[in-house]
Amino acid sequence: MNRAPIKAVVIGGSAGALQALFTILRDLPENYALPILITVHLPPERKSIFAEILQSKCQITVREAQDKESVSIGTAYIAPPDYHLLVEKEGTLALSSDEPVLHSRPAIDVLFESAADAYGPSVVGIVLSGANADGAKGLKSIENAGGVTIVEDPGTAYASAMPQAALDTCSEAFVFSLDQLAVYLKNLEGESRI
Amino acid sequence: MNDVLEDLEIRLLLEALYERYHYDFRSYAQASIKRRLRQVREKLGFPSFSAMLEGLLHDTTVLPHVLGYLTVQVSEMFRDPTYFRAIREKVIPHLRTYPSLKVWVAGCSTGEEVHSLAILFREEGLEQRTMFYATDISQDALKAASSGIYGLDRIKLFTQNHQRSGGKSSLSDYYSAAYGMASFDKTLRERVVFADHSLVTDAVFGEMHLISCRNVLIYFDRTLQDRTLKLFGDSLVRKGFLGLGAKESLRFSNQMGSFLDFDKEERIYQKRGS
Repeated sequence: MNRAPIKAVVIGGSAGALQALFTILRDLPENYALPILITVHLPPERKSIFAEILQSKCQITVREAQDKESVSIGTAYIAPPDYHLLVEKEGTLALSSDEPVLHSRPAIDVLFESAADAYGPSVVGIVLSGANADGAKGLKSIENAGGVTIVEDPGTAYASAMPQAALDTCSEAFVFSLDQLAVYLKNLEGESRI
Repeated sequence: MNDVLEDLEIRLLLEALYERYHYDFRSYAQASIKRRLRQVREKLGFPSFSAMLEGLLHDTTVLPHVLGYLTVQVSEMFRDPTYFRAIREKVIPHLRTYPSLKVWVAGCSTGEEVHSLAILFREEGLEQRTMFYATDISQDALKAASSGIYGLDRIKLFTQNHQRSGGKSSLSDYYSAAYGMASFDKTLRERVVFADHSLVTDAVFGEMHLISCRNVLIYFDRTLQDRTLKLFGDSLVRKGFLGLGAKESLRFSNQMGSFLDFDKEERIYQKRGS
């Protein structure tokens, strides 16, 4: 089957996600051919050093997402604390302070649902380690839109509830270890460069 | 493709809201408005946006629900305490130099922010020379705002925020608690005018010294953001202040030239003096 070219990767996680992100993003080259949008549950303090910590281990650019900015390749955008991150059809980022979803703001579901709308089949959605069910519904939206769905192996994830909930909702999702995910993301680049 | 069809339905729905009821959401940022419309569609049990459009046009009971989802924003008192600290410590000294003051909370929603500012101005001894204008397009929000009643479960957070903002009194001085609700003192609203005003379609609002508009612009598209910021510029006295949400800025706006950074970190701007 000839699948749609991938235009973006969206990732969600909670407890244990920082470590997981180190593992899967650190080997991506500086000029990685895709943008990566990330929502991780963080305490709602305004200042977050999450992006900086991640940046210190990565070659791709990592920074906090800003409202209305255009997404660029080779860059990972992190949802700021206390705001939902969404992506618009024209490839710009949007923030919202709509009510929390499953007690979380930012919420993974919000990012994933917007990505399903914006990119249709041309997006990869990944649910990492975490301790609640956020992300499951959003991953389903990506699946319904024909996108690629991947779940971190709940058997080896730091916290299994989040990937397990995603897997229960999206039975078709690939189940990858972090090492497999790292390889997958790296190879995805070549594919998207055609 | 389904998706294209859905986008068309949403465009028609927003057009109908405008033509029939004069609520203009056509220049709102797409992803968020779509999300909210989906929520209300699910809640009201319409199978499609077309069906909701029909309901909206022929059944007047549908409108308040739709508006409720499209407009109501839950905020906190003293949300982002450092913002209110900056108002207190940096903006207030300038405001003290005026014999009378006008403050506009644009997009006041259920009133947490205007109550916060009224308390702050009282603590700073400026309340009696200030008129506050709290505006929103939602009648329900304005009604809630002018009642000043909030769930008691939110008071702990409000109190923490107030203290962290440099509050000089105790928040408990301003409300009485009963039946799980905190009812804020009506004297806080004596100098507040609650009014229906749309940033999309309405005009300049008077000679303001401070405009606070937080987490409203993120819901607008760029064109509407620029229009709104121009409206704010035109509504401020020279050297008046504009406070935005923590993740909003003038950086990408064509109105940047009318303002100076006053407190960059807290997104507080000052209108140029000439």
